[in-house]
Amino acid sequence: MSYIAKPRVTHPNMPRNKLGLTARDYEGTVSTLCAGCGHDSVTAAIIQAVFELNVEPHMLAKMSGIGCSSKTPAYFVSQSHGFNAVHGRMPSVTTGANAANRELLYIGVSGDGDSLSIGAGQFVHAIRRNLNMCYMIENNGVYGLTKGQFSASADIGSKPKKGLPNQQEPIDPVSTALALGATYIARSFSGDKEQLVPLIQGALLHDGFALVDVISPCVTFNDHEGSTKSYAHTRQFYHHVVDADYVPPAEEIKAAYREGSAMPVELHDGSKIVLRKIDKDYDPTSRAVSFKFLRDRFNAGEITTGLLYIDESRKEMHDLMGNVETPLAQLQLDTLHPGKKELAKILARYR
Amino acid sequence: MAAVNDVVIKIATVNGTGSASANGLLMKSIFRMGIPVVGKNYFPSNIQGLPTWYEIRVTGDGYQSRSDRVDIMIAMNAQTYAKDLADVRSGGWLLYDSTWPRNKLLHRDDVTVFGIPLSRMCNEHFEGARARILMKNIAYVGALAALLDIDLDIIKGQLEQTFADKKHLIDSNMEAIHLGYDYATENFVCPLPSKVEAMDATRGHIVIDGNTAAGLGCLYAGATVGAWYPITPSTSLMDAFRAFCQQYRVDPETGKRTYCIIQAEDELAAIGMVLGASWNGARSFTPTSGPGISLMSEFIGFAYYAEIPAVIFNVQRTGPSTGMPTRTQQSDIMSCAFASHGDTKHVLLFPADPQECFYMAQAAFDHAERLQTPVMVLSDLDIGMNDWMVPEFEFDESKIPDRGKVLSAEEIEAMEKFHRYLDVDGDGIPYRTLPGVHPKGAYFTRGSGHTKYGAYTEDSVAYQDVVDRLLVKWDTARTMLPEAEIRYSKFNKAAILTVGSGHGACVEALDRLQAQNISLNYCRARAFPFSDAVRDFIEKHEVVYVVEQNRDAQLRSLLMLDIDADPAKLVPLLHYNGMPLHPGFVVEKVLEEIAKGRAA
Repeated sequence: MSYIAKPRVTHPNMPRNKLGLTARDYEGTVSTLCAGCGHDSVTAAIIQAVFELNVEPHMLAKMSGIGCSSKTPAYFVSQSHGFNAVHGRMPSVTTGANAANRELLYIGVSGDGDSLSIGAGQFVHAIRRNLNMCYMIENNGVYGLTKGQFSASADIGSKPKKGLPNQQEPIDPVSTALALGATYIARSFSGDKEQLVPLIQGALLHDGFALVDVISPCVTFNDHEGSTKSYAHTRQFYHHVVDADYVPPAEEIKAAYREGSAMPVELHDGSKIVLRKIDKDYDPTSRAVSFKFLRDRFNAGEITTGLLYIDESRKEMHDLMGNVETPLAQLQLDTLHPGKKELAKILARYR
Repeated sequence: MAAVNDVVIKIATVNGTGSASANGLLMKSIFRMGIPVVGKNYFPSNIQGLPTWYEIRVTGDGYQSRSDRVDIMIAMNAQTYAKDLADVRSGGWLLYDSTWPRNKLLHRDDVTVFGIPLSRMCNEHFEGARARILMKNIAYVGALAALLDIDLDIIKGQLEQTFADKKHLIDSNMEAIHLGYDYATENFVCPLPSKVEAMDATRGHIVIDGNTAAGLGCLYAGATVGAWYPITPSTSLMDAFRAFCQQYRVDPETGKRTYCIIQAEDELAAIGMVLGASWNGARSFTPTSGPGISLMSEFIGFAYYAEIPAVIFNVQRTGPSTGMPTRTQQSDIMSCAFASHGDTKHVLLFPADPQECFYMAQAAFDHAERLQTPVMVLSDLDIGMNDWMVPEFEFDESKIPDRGKVLSAEEIEAMEKFHRYLDVDGDGIPYRTLPGVHPKGAYFTRGSGHTKYGAYTEDSVAYQDVVDRLLVKWDTARTMLPEAEIRYSKFNKAAILTVGSGHGACVEALDRLQAQNISLNYCRARAFPFSDAVRDFIEKHEVVYVVEQNRDAQLRSLLMLDIDADPAKLVPLLHYNGMPLHPGFVVEKVLEEIAKGRAA
């Protein structure tokens, strides 16, 4: 944790994106999280993802609830509006914000406490509406700010720093999202930026609800021997199942893929996500196959990662409702009332 | 007691039997004869099979509240027959279905009883169980038409309007009307001494419920995002908004909607959605009732501190807890005024009737956006779900809605640096920016401690600076909200003060007291925080009877807390049994106080 003001260092030769911005322009205030916190790596991955996507900072909205994870939107893209809501309620605020302005990109940063305990209800209903957003869960199995209680994602047998191992079944955000019909489901590890960045990019551009569950170890309360959310445990049991490459609109797929392993999925803006199946038995477009595969691997103690499920065919919230393309917040009020004459006609029904 | 255009009819039925449309037909017919009416529906929290009553007060004087007497009882429910008979005033009438014998033990010498074999006649004339039940209701309307002298052509005209494209229904309904009408004319002396006579006192008026009026107000305010969780008695507000939107907010060419109604998973989510949408610049609202306010409280405090506009309609019902969901009360005054933990207080508007629901719905959006804070419209079940006769609403197209201090892209561009919570104008209201407008306008919205620049803080001075500035805003609010309605004469030492739906009963009570040479002044506050006019009004009186519909004198407490009103002056008159206030209660209580030696 640092108290110093963040120095703004730019190098004349720093790479610039199509907007002429450098990665520095996508940074936020200095992080106040513990040194080595997985969340800071996720913040760095988000910065790289939006920098590479050429996101106009003011067209991004950063949403969060309460907890260590929910502090992080202050640490990236200072030139974006942020909304740090109350505990577990980020999804509803994002739902309303999106209802008012569908043009913005929404990134919600939540944690396992914020999404799987106090906010479980809102998490599942955002999925049900296929809310168009990138929903990040920085998952460390523990409550940090209140000093080390288990969260709902803690695995059976995982040991706390003090006290007895967890005995309750964990809530796995990935299989929960799969069961609920989320349309983009990914899992990654804060220590694997190469895998994580394109997953965030795809999630931001996916037209619907995109979950990115990131195992993000808590160095202070859950990184010890016997914890299943530690850096060491994650590295040991971590498996890439499907990796994804982001290919911007109008660019050719250049990378050489092994025969039969590459599966390009076109996103609504013309860009592509190329899925690279590491595991040949996997089918990230079938809910049933995914579910069985992931649960089997979970039971075997593996942490499966990658773009685990994708369905680009389902409509997001506004399109399900048949709403106008123009953001509702931009409609002029005088175009929204039917006027004096119509009022007289309406009132005639009540005479 | 012979009375023209001063009669109260109470209809006792079983809920789920379709009597609502028959009762509406009856009330509307009298209204269309030019006679003012008051309709009250006393219904159970149930779908089918429990007792329900509908009360129509014919009031040539144009009073707005329910009456405290029943002249004619239509006793269609055997379950409640004893109670219904007991409710009829001495010298009144009772009409029952004589298909089945009436319990002879239940008898009153001072009530004239009419038996009409409604079921038998309907069974003979109509096919099918459902039609027979429905037509039985229409038949008692026919009998009442004869007893009260209601114009049959007006009834027919209404049926023609309702069933414009179903002629067979007009015919069958008229047949049922005649079954009742003819039976009454042949067997009883019609009309009764208490009857109706056409007049011209309803021109320029409509009959509408407050929830429909508020929904219409939201349409005219330009609301685009409505989030809600169904709860009695607020549900019909969103139903109305949706129906109006389906008519007026769908592009005829593309079929695309310019509104977004989201049925939330609970009230916590509903208010979260409202805040997200308002933060993003849409006019957004949620209708709810007491339990919903309890659930929304954390977010309401957030909106107060982070300064986000929100419009919340609380259609109050009887508490505490689940209470009586289909009965009325004004018992959420305190929970709304101070919703949420920490030092919070919120702007409240108190509509007195559906007309004010329409206007205050629009005003609520203006005030919420101007003040950047939640504004709650405290309606109640009586206003929200009952049909009221009110003047037709007006809409001024030239009036520009107040969107408050929202900076445009050009304004942001011209600034050196934008700071979210600076009191630039000295009125306690800072400037805000909307997402998606300009990168220089970005700020971090948070419920945690923040400085006037919008940055996170745990510094005592910087924290206090912001919460103190919110008090400056509070006093600005005090000056701009709807002003109280005041009737003042310097000769009167005592007064009545009320809010909301108690208005009609209080006004009528003032007339009744005047008839006994007791003259009182009157103040109806229309908003919280209270204006200086309300403070001055209380100061000018020796006694102020605070009339409200809750047990704990919440309005009285609020007057003491907000404007330091002298508690010794404030005499609580409390009506909280779940039924709407009536003038007889107010008169009786004021007389009791005077008898105890209070100033009149």
